[in-house]
Amino acid sequence: MSKSNFTRRSLLKTSAVAGVGLAAPTIFTASSASAFANDPTDSSTVTLGFNVPQSGPYADEGADELRAYQLAVEHLNGGGDGGMMQTFSSKALQGNGIMGKKVEFVTGDTQTKSDAARASAKSMIEKDGAVMITGGSSSGVAVAVQALCQEAGIIFMAGLTHANDTTGKDRKANGFRHFFNSWQSGAALAPVLTKAYGTDRKAYHLTADYNWGYTTEEAVRNSTEALGWETVNAVKTPLTQTDFSAYITPVLQSDADVLVLNHYGNNMVNSLTNAVQFGLRDKMVNDKKFEIVVPLYSELMARGAGKNVAGIFGSQNWDWKLQKQLGDRFVGTDAFVQSFGEKYGFPPSQAAHTCYVQTLLYADAVERAGSFAPCAIVEALEGFEFDGLGNGPTLYRAEDHQCFKDVVVVRGKENPENEFDLVEIVEVTPAEQVTYAPDSPEFGGTAATLGQCNDGA
Amino acid sequence: MLGMTRKDAMMLAIVAIVALLAPFILNPFPVDSGFAQFNAGYPDLMQRFAIFGIFAIGFNILFGLTGYLSFGHAAFLGVGSYAAIWMMKLLTTNILPGMVMGIIVAGLFALVVGFISLRRSGIYFAILTLAFAQMSYALAYSVLTPITGGETGLQLKLNDARVLDAPLAPGERADANLFGIDMTSSYDLIVGGWQFTFNAGYYIAAVVLVLAFYLSIRIFRSPFGMMLRAIKSNNTRMTYTGLNARPYALAAFVISGMYAGLAGGLMVAMDTQVGPERMFWTASGEVVLMTILGGAGTLIGPVLGAGLIKYMENIISKINSSILHEWFYWMPDGLEDFVITLIYPFVGKGWHLTLGIVFMLVVIFLPGGLVEGGQRIKRLFESKKARKTSDQTTPAE
Repeated sequence: MSKSNFTRRSLLKTSAVAGVGLAAPTIFTASSASAFANDPTDSSTVTLGFNVPQSGPYADEGADELRAYQLAVEHLNGGGDGGMMQTFSSKALQGNGIMGKKVEFVTGDTQTKSDAARASAKSMIEKDGAVMITGGSSSGVAVAVQALCQEAGIIFMAGLTHANDTTGKDRKANGFRHFFNSWQSGAALAPVLTKAYGTDRKAYHLTADYNWGYTTEEAVRNSTEALGWETVNAVKTPLTQTDFSAYITPVLQSDADVLVLNHYGNNMVNSLTNAVQFGLRDKMVNDKKFEIVVPLYSELMARGAGKNVAGIFGSQNWDWKLQKQLGDRFVGTDAFVQSFGEKYGFPPSQAAHTCYVQTLLYADAVERAGSFAPCAIVEALEGFEFDGLGNGPTLYRAEDHQCFKDVVVVRGKENPENEFDLVEIVEVTPAEQVTYAPDSPEFGGTAATLGQCNDGA
Repeated sequence: MLGMTRKDAMMLAIVAIVALLAPFILNPFPVDSGFAQFNAGYPDLMQRFAIFGIFAIGFNILFGLTGYLSFGHAAFLGVGSYAAIWMMKLLTTNILPGMVMGIIVAGLFALVVGFISLRRSGIYFAILTLAFAQMSYALAYSVLTPITGGETGLQLKLNDARVLDAPLAPGERADANLFGIDMTSSYDLIVGGWQFTFNAGYYIAAVVLVLAFYLSIRIFRSPFGMMLRAIKSNNTRMTYTGLNARPYALAAFVISGMYAGLAGGLMVAMDTQVGPERMFWTASGEVVLMTILGGAGTLIGPVLGAGLIKYMENIISKINSSILHEWFYWMPDGLEDFVITLIYPFVGKGWHLTLGIVFMLVVIFLPGGLVEGGQRIKRLFESKKARKTSDQTTPAE
């Protein structure tokens, strides 16, 4: 038997509960009052998120990137000697933080895995209130984090990522890349290679079996074939391969006279070491000396491969000797190398350089836009032409958010003086030669779009 | 109640209440305090707690009950994720079809893998599953690039087909939703210095977690669960009594694979992206660690283990040297540096080291995992109480 005690008090109680119940669905639609995500207007500081690999295969690159970020923050807050802020063509940065707010930062470990990188970036956005995320040492991670920032309404300044996709088929309105890409490597290398080795060469490609490898092979193939080279064979190698002897033997039996190693990191160190051990570099084929090419070079890889890199061509985004050897077109390089060297005791890698530059570019764009709102920053960066950041005159192209600047072609030194001076600059390919149409097929064709910029919130 | 004993119902109720109040429980410190570093109540991490909780519960049905140690469970998680994101690309951004498809595809894949792998037991079984998982990873990374997107993975794009959805208005994005509730929408409750975030995606994941937990209780307590325990305790004896154990083991394997598929589908629902690393062997190893750390064969253990590992991965790994300096700035200079040198290897990128030490301590001193730790504490209190009463009354014997 049920007894109903319908008193005034219980009616009040019931209606209060019902009220909460009715209000519940609306809490999912409510949003904060700010016009954009993580608006730092009411705060005296602004937080940047540095998301780099601290463990895993690219931990060395990550460590160097983090050093550069810390240096950039120091300079933005008016510490140290100001580094490239003195040479930067835009003078909006005052050394008083960004728009008068002190710059603080949080760090995270991407582990070179997209899931971990996204988790770490999300915690920076959701928990620490970061207004910008930067970093990454692999294109998979960069593409994943860039898409996340697009969804969350945060600016992403890519660190070291070389595959075409980052500003190609996976380009996003909230993402920007200063580093060069596979296509530009190919376009910069081909003329130098044909000049050094002649136009009637037969090339054999060994390619790491993933996106970056494919785009790099395609880029080098297309640009060398256009100049008369012939591609004998292209073989894909598993990413986890450590011993490449099984792949080198068929090269010896083919009539190829150039070996192109589309490998990066430990892959490159191992395959190059194997190739040199097999005596490829002392071989004569078709009455020509056998040569090896590594499209993407890095100082850290060169250090790993030791004396095997001697005489081997490759391309770089930047090198710390640029201004010393090629003069004031590359102004900013010396200023950066000096402040980095003073703080850490050795010259910076190209990964460190691109990360430092990206941080300054972001801060400068905020100052020029007069707002932390992502869409205002996107507008300030699109089509922005600048100089004095070590690469010569540079353009941030509006159509795909890729930087266009000179590409450095380098060669391993025969007699390096120390472990930081392993490569010599052969030539600098001017920006015009490495510029392509934003809708070219290698970059997603006409289907690739940036989409709308997202302010979040 | 609902086919459970009182004790099980209590445990389910506790899980449900903790899941409901997680935004409060995980954010115990005010935003501006130095301890805010340890707050874990932000949407992404709460979602991960729920998702990996489901993954570990499913793994425990196989490992905890039958004793078959699968070292390739991440493959089912990954396959479920790929299936889910394809549904969201082709059909609709509503997360339901994706999650259902994730469960189905992972279940079918588990049927194939299980049918082959369960012909062996012990270490051979573990190696077979590991081989399958690494094979899936390698395929997704390179050979199957047209389907999986290779290294860069898959994401939702503006120009996806989405047959069931209305075309997007200009400027609109394709966001994961459940009948219009956006997974990313949150409500911030600010009380004094505290901030509590209530996120739609988290609550959906939490509801699924409670349902998954309920299902696992029912399996544990069913005759089928008893049969699985029999496989673990003595498979040979089972065979001698005339029972064919393999169909039961295969059923457990498929159920556990479907749980992983569900977790994979949820991961895509919360964060619309898939990469092949999700299937790497370290991811398979992680769920083994979660289960053992929490307590294999217990109901709540895997969820606790998943929570602990995800907490360390996301919170401890973000403590860097400048944060340490902030904490210890009050110490004299030399001492500050000394203390920081001592602590630094265990935080930030050293979180793996801390996790390793915790794992060793648990395995050595609490072989039953965190659950055993809880039971020991409980027993300690109970025995004290018992001693008190025994002072007054003399036992019969």
